Amino acid sequence: MSRLHAFHGGIHPPEHKAESNGARIVQVPLPPQLVVALNQHIGHGAKPVVAAGDRVAKGQMIGRAEGRVSAAVHAPTSGRVLAVEPRVVAHPSGLAELCVVIEPDGEERWIERQRFDWRNADGPAVLDHLRDLGVVGLGGAVFPSHLKLAGARTLDTLVINGAECEPYITCDDRLMRERADEIGAGIAIVRQLMNARQVKVGIEDNKPEAIEAMRLACGGQDIEVVVVPTLYPSGGAKQLTRLLTGREVPAGVRATDLGVQCFNVGTVQALYRALEHGEPLLSRIVTLTGAVARPGNVEALLGTPLSHLMAFAGVAADVTGHVYGGPMMGFVLPSLEAGLTKSGNCIIARNAELFPPAPPEMPCIRCGTCAEACPAELQPMDLYWFARARQFGRAQERHLFDCIECGACAYVCPSNIRLVDYFRYAKSEIWAAEKSRDAATLARRRHEARQARQERDKRERAERLAARTTPRPAPPPLPEQVTPQEAPAAPAAPTDDDKQARIAAAMARAAARRAGQAGKGEGGDGA
Amino acid sequence: MSVLLALCVMAGLALLLGAVLGFAAIRFRVEDDPLVDKIDAILPQTQCAQCGYPGCRPYATAITNDEADINQCPPGGEDGIRQLADLLGREFKPLNAANGVEKPKRVAVIDEQLCIGCTLCIQACPVDAIVGAAKHMHTVIASECTGCELCIAPCPVDCIDMAPLGDTPASWKWRYPVAMLKVVS
Repeated sequence: MSRLHAFHGGIHPPEHKAESNGARIVQVPLPPQLVVALNQHIGHGAKPVVAAGDRVAKGQMIGRAEGRVSAAVHAPTSGRVLAVEPRVVAHPSGLAELCVVIEPDGEERWIERQRFDWRNADGPAVLDHLRDLGVVGLGGAVFPSHLKLAGARTLDTLVINGAECEPYITCDDRLMRERADEIGAGIAIVRQLMNARQVKVGIEDNKPEAIEAMRLACGGQDIEVVVVPTLYPSGGAKQLTRLLTGREVPAGVRATDLGVQCFNVGTVQALYRALEHGEPLLSRIVTLTGAVARPGNVEALLGTPLSHLMAFAGVAADVTGHVYGGPMMGFVLPSLEAGLTKSGNCIIARNAELFPPAPPEMPCIRCGTCAEACPAELQPMDLYWFARARQFGRAQERHLFDCIECGACAYVCPSNIRLVDYFRYAKSEIWAAEKSRDAATLARRRHEARQARQERDKRERAERLAARTTPRPAPPPLPEQVTPQEAPAAPAAPTDDDKQARIAAAMARAAARRAGQAGKGEGGDGA
Repeated sequence: MSVLLALCVMAGLALLLGAVLGFAAIRFRVEDDPLVDKIDAILPQTQCAQCGYPGCRPYATAITNDEADINQCPPGGEDGIRQLADLLGREFKPLNAANGVEKPKRVAVIDEQLCIGCTLCIQACPVDAIVGAAKHMHTVIASECTGCELCIAPCPVDCIDMAPLGDTPASWKWRYPVAMLKVVS
């Protein structure tokens, strides 16, 4: 039995897990339409490879991974592609992003699945295969799993995250109770791929059935199921790693470099389905809870409209909104039209009783309670101070980016300050500034390169001219490499009248064509 | 006597240190004005010339030489003026309307049906963001376009439009939290 290493801070909010963890996982009936977002993971969105009107089979790739940090997206069921267009996605902004809209035909016709012999394939091939099957972290951060597996050749400790510390959410709990054998098989796969010396599964002590099931499933293997005390946010990757191994992952260091890596139980199960059955990630387990008639866990196809899910759970009349994710780290959904994404572990229907309106904010009294609760050992009151004053540089100096936005500080704040909102605001301002700075640097570099080229062209032309005008003394054949750069300068050269006439003719032609277009568009004559 | 000695020592020290400083001033002279670099780093590098100078760096030089004011850069906007004011220790002033207005970021789009391949826009683009060759249609590399609009005027067939870059979930920002106030009756 290994020793636990407590992390700093943490809170224990009311758990609200009993509402939804009693019943078995049920399948949600097929919705009339699936809205599958192409960007369901961290990094680049997938590139669509189907078009409106195409027939797709279940498991067929509809979006190819684009760029290094990306993962593929698949048709969750067979049917017809109605559109590939921007639709509202499950994002706090409520903005639209490219989605593939599929009308299911109800046949559940699978694409032909190829057996992939991952045991005898070499490392990169396995990782590419996982990328093409769209496996990403299902704990909430949706980081492409193949990149996590690609780390070190050997690993000291593989941490499997079954802590599920956030209130209301019980999808991992139910998954461990009902599909522990698949998780066990998945752990064996990850262990082999990462060459891990030991495996530790961390589960909070409020899930005794899940602990029992995981112990049974991991019985034969050398896997330690560690019971950790219920303390939010023990399910944070860094916090759980600290709990189970005593190792702190410093800012900017990859956990793999320290010989530790952490995978969520759901991800491990998806990895098993992908490698042993060739199944892409098509569905996930979602907790539907809060003010609903039938709280519980459902297995829903990705892209299932959230309104369909909530209708399935039976929404009460007094619902004032929906939270996507947990009550601590989730966000209020601007619309239920969006489709379910790989990150959607929980949807909570809010009402005034469960989520009373936040009391008004009062001034920070610098009591330091937030610093005591912060699991990242930051000084939230200082960060708040700087974020509020828009002094982002100072906030960054105080390690704003180590904040995991767990919300523990805001939970304990006696002045009811929504600290995390300020941190999110500061972070997105810093990211935006960085982006525009990068764009400016690029533009400056290109502008300078262009100026240098123009200078050189001018100099070389002058040299050539000098060589031609100076009498006899043999023309130096030096600037030989000039010819390719000469092309853009051509329009200014000799046959000017001729060229002018041709440009004028082309302008007339274009004007006529545009007039024609305008005429079609507006019904008037555009001359 | 001792007063004289002290005076001599002080005078001698002053001469010596003066000589060292004078030498250092010549030997370690900074050629470029670092202030120009700092101002240039704040400017958005659109190279749009709306400030009245042929590019961002010339404008930065003009600010350093007190020839231009800090409120002549529309793409930099209010934020840019604020940063310049902070850097130079001056008062913030609103954007000079004579130079233009702050617009949301846009990129140029060439209507390829109308393009006659005259290369005039390619020559106008300050960041080489347009590709194409004579008598072949041109196109804009959207990721490199700074939205300076310099390509629009030279186009003989008016086939270039500015398309706004809409907000996407990736570019969306969390807003400044609005604190609810307590109602006092």
